[in-house]
Amino acid sequence: MDTRVHDDPSHAGTASSVAGAREAIPISLIINGRQRHFAIEPWVTLLDLLREQEHLTGTKKGCDHGQCGACTVLIEGKRINSCLVLAVSRDGAQVTTIEGLADGDRLHPLQQAFVEHDALQCGYCTPGQICSAQGLINEGHASSGNEVRELMSGNLCRCGAYTNIAAAIMEVLDKDGAP
Amino acid sequence: MNRFSYVRAAGVPEAVHEGSAKHVRFLAGGTNLIDLMKENVERPERLVDINRLPLNKIEDLEGGGLRLGALVTNADTAYDPRVDRRYPLLASAILAGASPQLRNAATNGGNLNQRTRCYYFYDPATACNKRDPGSGCGAIGGVNRIHAILGASDQCIATHPSDMCVALAALDAEVRVTGPDGDRVIPLTEYHRLPGDEPWRDNYLRPGELVTAIDLPAEDFTSHYTYLKLRDRLSYAFALVSVAVVMRLDGDLIREARIALGGVAHKPWRSPVAESGLAGERASRANFIAAAHALTEGAVGQGDNDFKIELARRAIVRALEQAAAGTPQSQTDKRVL
Ligand SMILES: Cc1cc2nc3c(=O)[nH]c(=O)nc-3n(C[C@H](O)[C@H](O)[C@H](O)COP(=O)(O)OP(=O)(O)OC[C@H]3O[C@@H](n4cnc5c(N)ncnc54)[C@H](O)[C@@H]3O)c2cc1C
Ligand code: SF4
Ligand code: FES
Ligand code: FES
Repeated sequence: MDTRVHDDPSHAGTASSVAGAREAIPISLIINGRQRHFAIEPWVTLLDLLREQEHLTGTKKGCDHGQCGACTVLIEGKRINSCLVLAVSRDGAQVTTIEGLADGDRLHPLQQAFVEHDALQCGYCTPGQICSAQGLINEGHASSGNEVRELMSGNLCRCGAYTNIAAAIMEVLDKDGAP
Repeated sequence: MNRFSYVRAAGVPEAVHEGSAKHVRFLAGGTNLIDLMKENVERPERLVDINRLPLNKIEDLEGGGLRLGALVTNADTAYDPRVDRRYPLLASAILAGASPQLRNAATNGGNLNQRTRCYYFYDPATACNKRDPGSGCGAIGGVNRIHAILGASDQCIATHPSDMCVALAALDAEVRVTGPDGDRVIPLTEYHRLPGDEPWRDNYLRPGELVTAIDLPAEDFTSHYTYLKLRDRLSYAFALVSVAVVMRLDGDLIREARIALGGVAHKPWRSPVAESGLAGERASRANFIAAAHALTEGAVGQGDNDFKIELARRAIVRALEQAAAGTPQSQTDKRVL
């Protein structure tokens, strides 16, 4: 069932109290810079909305329980686990997924660094790693290798590419002259 | 996940009104509630989304304390310059828990009210008095490596999994709540309960009551403190044992010491006997060992978790040494010095 409602001007994104019915609730999100309108049931997670309704399948479902980080996306620039977020509760938010990072055909610096450092094997964790790394850079609390490793600990990699992941992130941090 | 209805509370009175109905849960960050709903452990008929309530500020209190809004995220709390400068123990404990992503979503009110990580509680196919009153306790006589060594009952041996609450207990924080019968203030140390014969009740919050804020008293514990967390892997894992210590010293004489233990009971564990035993004494290893024994007085293992008793004692001694020396545990460089 495609429950998307496009270009529906009949509601404002952050309207107050939403009626308590079990039926679909109108919400809007700005996903990778584009305003999108939906009518969704309250039990739909942001992860499922992105993958199944927006077909943005870059964001992965690893555990669905907050334990792996594969579903990491940015909300208002902050990284979160999209598997534990109900989409209705983020009505009006700006969401950035892995698909929203590159500038056309030009890779995002983190994507480029991951390629150059061979920071992946199967690649399943990679979209979450890169969104998480962008969140880490936005937060500005990491500069040393130890800090990068600790503040990337919410992203597991079953292939064990950790060393190269940390190296890729360090390179971007150093280039940015970030704190 | 079961089907449920959803309402977005526009104000605190509406949230309390909605929250007073049966089979309703407040939705904050969702990092615990949604997880438990996916496991069919929590099956609310209605969610009251409290995320738009104006409880998202950290404010200075008259006299030097700090008020942490219930909806401020764990990350924003830990990185707030006032928290970092005046309550470094709290910042450290928060940053020792969960992951950056989870801390960005998790709220202070949700952290207080998170439920146990007992494996049986999480598995509706098993007996659990907390999830299903009267069904029994799978953990007693079962796999109980992560379970309680203090304050357990013959009906439940679960632990409260929060790191933040262990620091809040040592800091003598207060929980502000509002509900159908008005506002009240509950000391953090009296907020969570022991399982007793009502293990389904984690704390003393009454139906419809909403946590609005956590108050930190104006006290200077910025020189001698530590949060030492021991677990199966160095990050992104719950504590097997954790220790929060704050201390005031006069030379090497202890004027006041507070010690809260995490991962060992249904609530952060403190002992007036252990703490008063340290007051006026030297900051020496012998006195720390005595305090560790006083604090773990009456500890009982359940089999798999027997190791926790000795682990807790050693962790207490080490944490007291770290606090006395003014060398708090780093949550980045994980070496325990
Ligand atoms: C993989 C994983 C690892 C984790 N590791 C750690 C760890 O190492 N240390 C640690 O401390 N925690 C850890 N956590 C737990 C995390 O800290 C909690 O899930 C989080 O703090 C809950 O906050 P929330 O806002 O998301 O709560 P929610 O999930 O929204 O709510 C939790 C409960 O609190 C109730 N509630 C929420 N707000 C209020 C309020 N204002 N008043 C009354 N009731 C309220 C809800 O109704 C619900 O019952 C981990 C979680 C996960 C998923
Ligand atoms: S320890 Fe408590 S939570 Fe765990 S199975 Fe027993 S009753 Fe349930
Ligand atoms: S899928 Fe969300 S954390 Fe694993
Ligand atoms: S590259 Fe395979 S899981 Fe990380």
